[in-house]
Amino acid sequence: MLYDQIAMNKRRTGYVMFGFGLLVLLIGAALGYLFWNNWQSGAVIALVVALVYMLIMISQSTNVVMSMNHAREITDVSQAPQLWHLIEDMALVGKVPMPRVFIIEDPSPNAFATGNSPEKSAVAVTTGILQRLNREELEGVIGHEISHVRNYDIRLQTIALALSAAIGMLVNFASNWLWWGGGRRRDDDRDSAGNAIALVISIVLIILAPLAASIAQMALSRNREYLADASSVELTRNPQGLISALRKIDDSEPMEAADPNSSALYIGDPFKNKHRLGDLFATHPPIADRIARLEKM
Amino acid sequence: MPWIILIIVLAVLVLWYVSAYNGLIKTRTYVQESWSQIDVQLKRRNDLIPNLVSTTKGYANYERGTLKKVVELRNQLTAIPADDHQQTMEVSNQLSTTLRSLFALSENYPDLKANTQFKELMEELTNTENKIAYSRQLYNSSVASLTVKIQSFPSNIVAKIHHFQENEYLQVPEEEKTTPKVNFDDFNQSDK
Repeated sequence: MLYDQIAMNKRRTGYVMFGFGLLVLLIGAALGYLFWNNWQSGAVIALVVALVYMLIMISQSTNVVMSMNHAREITDVSQAPQLWHLIEDMALVGKVPMPRVFIIEDPSPNAFATGNSPEKSAVAVTTGILQRLNREELEGVIGHEISHVRNYDIRLQTIALALSAAIGMLVNFASNWLWWGGGRRRDDDRDSAGNAIALVISIVLIILAPLAASIAQMALSRNREYLADASSVELTRNPQGLISALRKIDDSEPMEAADPNSSALYIGDPFKNKHRLGDLFATHPPIADRIARLEKM
Repeated sequence: MPWIILIIVLAVLVLWYVSAYNGLIKTRTYVQESWSQIDVQLKRRNDLIPNLVSTTKGYANYERGTLKKVVELRNQLTAIPADDHQQTMEVSNQLSTTLRSLFALSENYPDLKANTQFKELMEELTNTENKIAYSRQLYNSSVASLTVKIQSFPSNIVAKIHHFQENEYLQVPEEEKTTPKVNFDDFNQSDK
């Protein structure tokens, strides 16, 4: 079961990378055609720029994600003994190395895991979760996060995030260029044609940007939250802890420190978007649903 | 030509034998490693108990009888020979139960509960207890995989030649036996 999940995640990582690669090529080709009348060189340059940007993002992803969510690292057990001990326990029983530990200063209870691999992973929790949850409940939450690490969910998420950031950067760059560059072309021969193309392309780019974001969200499928819940119980052998933790997380105010782009990483939706365009675009399954499945164990 | 076939067959057999042997050694090492993890935690707990005694000293009436039993069990535990895993775990389980009741009783002592030193000690002891439970879980699962290798064909031949012994599972205390059955069927639905 777990191994199926890991294999599926590795395959999906491949699909996501392929999809984004195509998107980058398209944007690059469009830019190249527009500015140099040469779509090939545009595509190549865009691909190289996106690749380099992505590699930098991935190698720095943990630090980037943590600073976007205002998390500070703790490096010693004495700074948060209970949290540290629980992460140690879950890493021990899940047979993964000890992740880095971060704390987010926010009264709303929440937590997430990130990283490139089980060897380079990190877990972050809010101060709210430390205050409101008892040891058993926190253990269920940490078990959930360690399961994301063990399933390679974190790698898929990191790559999807890096890719959508790369696309975002290209789109941003392109639309700026169109804005300023558009003026210079006034006296050009193909004035009207150029403007029409510029218009079409900027519309396309504007459409592509949110598309990239939603592909990323699709990759961070809701199903994996259910799976991480089940795997957590497999580690802790205590569904009650996670159930009452989820209740407390559900029954709380939205977070302030969370970054909107990483909202899908959290164990519970940090912004409490209950009915935003229905369930189709929800990043998290309804907590009542998750509790119902846990109660059946 | 027959010679070549014979050599190839022999080479394959030797390779298989070596890899089966190495597999057994590796699994046995996992078992030993997971035992030593338990052992580390048991020693840690033994070291923490004198602290518990000294921290609660000021609270004259704090559950004298239970505390005495904890110390007795701890001393008993240190006297057991290191290779007697079953006996060690039996006493350790008794000690866990007694400690747990001691913690439950601390609810009646608000002064003690407010004491930071006591709070830290509680966290340390709880942590050790949990780690013992989780290491035991790991130990039992590695014993299970070693048992499979020793019993199943063809690795059982190699195991017999080299006298690999099956290890006994560690007993889980009664109150921890009610483990939920994790059912993944509900969780394996595609996204809707």
